Amino acid sequence: MKNILVCIKQVPNTQEISIDPETNTLIRDGVESIVNPYDGYALEAAARLKDKDKDIKIYALCMGPPQAEAALRECLSISADAAYLASDKFFAGSDTLATSYILSEAIKKIESLESIKFDMIFCGKQAIDGDTAQVGPQIAECLDIPQITYGLTCECKDDELYVTKETEDGKEILAIKFPCVVTFTKPNFEPRLAGAKRRFAAKKMEIGQIGVDMLDGIDRAKIGLKGSPTQVRKTFVPQVKKGGVIFKEGSLEESASKLAGLLVENKIVVDIE
Amino acid sequence: MGASKDLWVFIETKTDNTPKNVGLELLNPGKRLAAEQGGKLVAVVIAEDTSIAAKAAGDYGADSVITIEGPEYKHYSTDAHTAAFTYLIEKYDPLTVMIGATGNGRDLAPRISGRIGTGLTADCTELSIDEQTGCIAWTRPAFGGNIMAVIFCANHRPQMGTIRPGVFKKPASQPKDIEIIKESFSFDPNKIRTRIVEIMEEVGEKVDLEGAEIIVTGGRGLGDAAGFDLIRSFAASIGATVGASRATVEEGWISHAHQVGQTGKSVAPKVYIACGVSGATQHVAGMSSSETIIAINKDPNAWIFNLADYGIVGDLYEVIPLLEKELKAKLKA
Ligand SMILES: Cc1cc2nc3c(=O)[nH]c(=O)nc-3n(C[C@H](O)[C@H](O)[C@H](O)COP(=O)(O)OP(=O)(O)OC[C@H]3O[C@@H](n4cnc5c(N)ncnc54)[C@H](O)[C@@H]3O)c2cc1C
Ligand SMILES: Cc1cc2nc3c(=O)[nH]c(=O)nc-3n(C[C@H](O)[C@H](O)[C@H](O)COP(=O)(O)OP(=O)(O)OC[C@H]3O[C@@H](n4cnc5c(N)ncnc54)[C@H](O)[C@@H]3O)c2cc1C
Repeated sequence: MKNILVCIKQVPNTQEISIDPETNTLIRDGVESIVNPYDGYALEAAARLKDKDKDIKIYALCMGPPQAEAALRECLSISADAAYLASDKFFAGSDTLATSYILSEAIKKIESLESIKFDMIFCGKQAIDGDTAQVGPQIAECLDIPQITYGLTCECKDDELYVTKETEDGKEILAIKFPCVVTFTKPNFEPRLAGAKRRFAAKKMEIGQIGVDMLDGIDRAKIGLKGSPTQVRKTFVPQVKKGGVIFKEGSLEESASKLAGLLVENKIVVDIE
Repeated sequence: MGASKDLWVFIETKTDNTPKNVGLELLNPGKRLAAEQGGKLVAVVIAEDTSIAAKAAGDYGADSVITIEGPEYKHYSTDAHTAAFTYLIEKYDPLTVMIGATGNGRDLAPRISGRIGTGLTADCTELSIDEQTGCIAWTRPAFGGNIMAVIFCANHRPQMGTIRPGVFKKPASQPKDIEIIKESFSFDPNKIRTRIVEIMEEVGEKVDLEGAEIIVTGGRGLGDAAGFDLIRSFAASIGATVGASRATVEEGWISHAHQVGQTGKSVAPKVYIACGVSGATQHVAGMSSSETIIAINKDPNAWIFNLADYGIVGDLYEVIPLLEKELKAKLKA
């Protein structure tokens, strides 16, 4: 019987984020919180393994504020069997190294609470807010287990997991021993949706809570804002180019002629067959 | 001995032992930053045969090269490469380490940073040194390119970052003999916990988007797969490489090798011509560093026009042939 842990981050829907032209800052008010889409692909990969082997149990783990529970309930209503939320003010402000340290300690805690060992830990390739793609490999390092990144699909074969991954030149199939970490990117199919019945059941399911006090061996000097080696010094909105020459009116012939004139004059296009 | 002030650049290699572009590109900002930091610019090569990449590193401006060679490094593996690179960092204690943000680079760098316990900044697009602290100011897009963050790693060594390919230009090549330090470090292949079962290279053309000077990209506005015929012929006439938005890749109009954006390639050509592309943040994340951006879109409110230096509002099926004709008339005149 195999156990899979899927790491879930709750993120703002960055496609909805816009920039306040007055203050030049991100408008985050009213932007919905969602399950990081790549984590949805990781959950789907786990669900597909479970489709073939009903004995598999899928756990979801999220570190975040109390309201991140909503992301876990979403996973429970899709395919997760159990969920844990790691939430504590001591965790706040963690960079990727601190985040992965906390998550790996939480993973060990869940293993002892449930008297299980995880065979597979699935993550998204990256979170669409922090965008670093570092937490998966760093969890693998904390737990001293192997990793595959940019996974698309996977299947269990004997004592290995076969993972098809995306590479710059195409695809590769890699085999990896258990236990392992795999991070997932977008495959060419959409993940399954939550069913009404599951959604109803998920509302009542208990979500395990993990605070810093439950993580026995954790070194508090290595977590949170203070324990993080990297610090965000400042953020700014990238300059939107103003004053681009955009031809909106007039005939297309005229516009094309003027644009071609500018491109040639400014040596932007220098040669044509 | 005082702590080293050297700056390291990882020269990632392909399986044929030639260097990927990104490592050579990083020698450009690396040279400037190493000097400001008061150290040397050191290239690191870990490959089956390091001679080609080590030579290139010298030609493109490194002060010295450290190599680790062995058959176990022919194909990238997280286990062998992490062990070898960490061994070097622990032995030489560099101040800064830069790694290209390729697929393998982003697999490797977090693993090294975790093993050493130091900070890592992801996918940087700008690099400078903060005058006050002497730290590298790593600047990177986050929130799908909606904001830029400046990140410091002030109290841990080395300060590490992955840097997006295509953002920096390769320095000019000048043949130069430099010191090559050959380190020996072998990793037992039986301890590599992943195994290559099959490599499926994208069939057909190789697409070198990262190295392209001009890119013509087609988006969903093409309407169908045949639309890429127009894009291809226009691209061929101006010596451009064909790019694609994810929407077109998902429709199956063109292969993923052409995709530009967060889940595709990051590019920074001299000229980027976006045709029927709306300018979604995930697309923009991969092309906003282009020198000149030209947009053709029938919707005057398309977001892409906010990034464009030049643009025409109109149907791309009319605009592209007209533009091609006008360019011909003007360039051949
Ligand atoms: C603007 C900005 C820039 C930043 N840049 C850096 C940087 O360069 N380096 C750095 O070390 N930190 C950086 N951080 C901090 C970083 O965003 C946080 O540490 C964050 O908690 C994890 O990083 P991520 O969002 O990039 O996740 P990623 O590493 O992109 O996430 C990969 C996967 O890990 C799992 N995962 C990630 N976070 C959680 C979670 N909280 N709970 C459960 N699973 C999770 C998910 O499966 C996710 O798909 C930055 C923060 C901000 C706001
Ligand atoms: C996690 C994640 C990762 C992603 N990664 C990427 C990525 O790497 N790369 C990427 O590109 N996208 C990526 N996307 C998708 C992205 O959000 C957009 O959906 C996608 O870029 C849209 O492609 P498009 O601009 O071609 O299509 P659309 O947004 O549909 O735009 C089509 C445009 O064509 C115009 N048009 C229509 N007909 C004509 C005509 N006849 N002449 C001229 N103009 C016309 C329309 O006005 C419109 O502006 C990602 C999304 C997610 C959630």
